[in-house]
Amino acid sequence: MRLLIALLAGGLFGAGLYVSGMTDTHKVQGFLDFAGAWDPTLMFVMGGAILPMAIAWRRTQSGTPLTGGSFPAASQAGVNRSLVTGALLFGAGWGLVGLCPGPAMASLSYGGLGGAVFLVAMIAGMLGAIPLRRRLDSRAHLA
Amino acid sequence: MYSDWIMGAFGGLMIGCAAAVFLLGNGRIMGASGILGGLFDSAEGNLRPERLAFLAGLIGVPAVIHLLDPTPAETGLTGNLALVMIAGLLVGLGTRIGNGCTSGHGVCGISRLSLRGMVATVIYISAGALTVAALRHLTGLI
Repeated sequence: MRLLIALLAGGLFGAGLYVSGMTDTHKVQGFLDFAGAWDPTLMFVMGGAILPMAIAWRRTQSGTPLTGGSFPAASQAGVNRSLVTGALLFGAGWGLVGLCPGPAMASLSYGGLGGAVFLVAMIAGMLGAIPLRRRLDSRAHLA
Repeated sequence: MYSDWIMGAFGGLMIGCAAAVFLLGNGRIMGASGILGGLFDSAEGNLRPERLAFLAGLIGVPAVIHLLDPTPAETGLTGNLALVMIAGLLVGLGTRIGNGCTSGHGVCGISRLSLRGMVATVIYISAGALTVAALRHLTGLI
């Protein structure tokens, strides 16, 4: 059941990314190009996605998930060094070519060699992040 | 132009419903970087089959739609593979250090009114905008 729900959620996420045009790097870079011909499409995608999720979060205030367990607690970490550093690095890479993790995977089948290169580099970056995050976190504890 | 915005909002609704299914069904936050990155991080617990099922849907369904679409989508990705590689590394590093990307911090965090999600989203959009401004308008590289 958990696997079926995960497959369904992943598929619906991929279909939504495709339909919304968010696998088109020009649309994403167009949104980030405030000094040029600004394309607000990404804002509509975000707004459309936040709406059902805001309702879903309200429903988590009581009860449990369908497959049991409990709903995820909010992170107690607050705005810390790793959050800010990570968001800065991610944003720089996102602006560079207009791909973030969801669309990079959704467009894998038609993204050509470049799409595959991006995914491999992204996974390499994820592996490299593990020791880095530990260092940032331990420094935060000392501070 | 306007049709792009309508399709954007419609696709966005689908993305939000996907996140709601994952949350209410499995009690999990739908963050693309976390679901992929957790596969390679032993500290993230034993959710490998669930992650793989999610990724199969995320990659497989757009592949099928792309085959059936009379005007198939294109990524328009730059042919400069060095740039693509640097961008991929930065996105991988940044999303795992910062614990989230556009779906986790953006969609799931903002809808929960999470301060971390909102701050991260403002920072990565600003960093992305500065990068585009620097590379497109100052150097003409992209």
